[in-house]
Amino acid sequence: MSNDLYNKTKYTLPDGQEVEIDPIREYFCEDRPEVVEPNRNIVERFFNWARAESLFILGFGTGCGAIEMRPLMTPRFDAYRFGIQWRPTPRQANLFIISGYLSVKTLKRVIRSYEQMQAPKFVIGLGSCTINGGMYWDSYNTINRLDHYLPVDVYVAGCMPRPEALLAGFEELKKRIKAGKGEGANIYARDFDWYKANQKQVITDWDMPDYNW
Amino acid sequence: MTFKPIQILYALLSVFIIMNVGLVLQGLIAKIGARVGRRYGMRIYQPYIDLFKNYSIRTSVYHGYMFFLGPVFRLTGGIGLFLFIPAIYGSPYFGNFSFAGDLVLISYFLFFGTLGMALGAGEGGHPYSGIGIARGLAQMTAAEVPLVLAIMALVVQYKTLSVTTMVAAQQGGVMHWTMVTNPVATIAAMLAFLGSMMRAPFNVVLAPQEIPIGPPTEYNSTLMAILQTNRAIFPLAKVVLFMNLFFGGATSWPELVVKGFFIYMWSVLVGVSFPRFRVDQSIRWFLKVPFAIGVLAILIVSLKG
Repeated sequence: MSNDLYNKTKYTLPDGQEVEIDPIREYFCEDRPEVVEPNRNIVERFFNWARAESLFILGFGTGCGAIEMRPLMTPRFDAYRFGIQWRPTPRQANLFIISGYLSVKTLKRVIRSYEQMQAPKFVIGLGSCTINGGMYWDSYNTINRLDHYLPVDVYVAGCMPRPEALLAGFEELKKRIKAGKGEGANIYARDFDWYKANQKQVITDWDMPDYNW
Repeated sequence: MTFKPIQILYALLSVFIIMNVGLVLQGLIAKIGARVGRRYGMRIYQPYIDLFKNYSIRTSVYHGYMFFLGPVFRLTGGIGLFLFIPAIYGSPYFGNFSFAGDLVLISYFLFFGTLGMALGAGEGGHPYSGIGIARGLAQMTAAEVPLVLAIMALVVQYKTLSVTTMVAAQQGGVMHWTMVTNPVATIAAMLAFLGSMMRAPFNVVLAPQEIPIGPPTEYNSTLMAILQTNRAIFPLAKVVLFMNLFFGGATSWPELVVKGFFIYMWSVLVGVSFPRFRVDQSIRWFLKVPFAIGVLAILIVSLKG
């Protein structure tokens, strides 16, 4: 922890009492994520259907592909008819679209946002940059393979893929969720150490807790 | 009023019915709004799926007891408001728990949920939720002024604090409705109604849908689902209250649904026609036009004797 923001600080209350606040304990959770074993009963199948038909996208555009998400709200493509909505906060979202190239600086924010989303949560990699780096494969500040850092459910290839391709990607994701394969949050919890090692390899100024829900 | 245990079951049933009416109405109005905007729009049953989805989320974030109690208070406000309004006039069972002085209690319940959220969201740790709550409460308080003036005019007119008695006085055709017998109070109340329906031009306080600073920002999974349940019940409870006070109440469930739809549509039509007010603008507006109309309503009623 290099950042002063995370150090213990003493505060004096209006009545003169002194309290020590440890921001890590106060604002973040230190617990590791845990694997929640999914049931295989009929209730879980019904819930999987509901999860698939109600995708709340986190409104976080990481790269140039974010421009392809905007037409989805317009009358021409109208993603709402497929049960897709946008949410401003990770706490309420369950789908994260990594839209295009991901610089290391953005990756840090993406990790924080992803970990604040509540399980089960899904990730779509939009554009070739998330698969192998695309045209940025030898760039000094972007990552190449997204699934080394976050568990990805569906890739939509192309540079840039059109909104129709993204809609097809949503349909593919729905099929996976309904089949019970949308367990990215559990994979992240299971292989937590491996993902953290990969993340810390590229993020050199790691100044946040290891896991922040 | 004599209390029979079976009434609890009927009260639960009426809350269940009103929740379903609210959810279908939400979907229907989203669909109408989309069609007006030349979109196909979401499915009418989409609010149900969202609700099931949010109840099925496996993990949730904990910020302390008050954080949990915020949505619980909000839902209590919605259900409590509905349970003290006579939903179906003349029905021995769906009169719920209305009693002689219920109008005073109902006025408190209108505010209860927002105050609960103020306690809960404050513990969420979000630095701006306090601002969001303060803005919401300020606007609600301003909207409440013309509403209370209109209700006082009604109390003077019908010489009672009981909603059931007011509904009874309005039976016998449209000409007996408060809408006709006291149009000025109705106008003041229907303008105040807009302020509490969380639709444009008064929905800037609901900002988390656009700028993530408002109170519900930190609420997730099941807590979010509780808030969504309340979003279905609370507006309908308010609609039923206004129906009872100004539009003759309802003597059957179909009548309640049809009248409720039109009262709800009033806020939707205004919402799609006018741009949003900022909070300071809406407070000023409420304290000018509807306030003046409310005072006029009181004057007219008291001069009539």
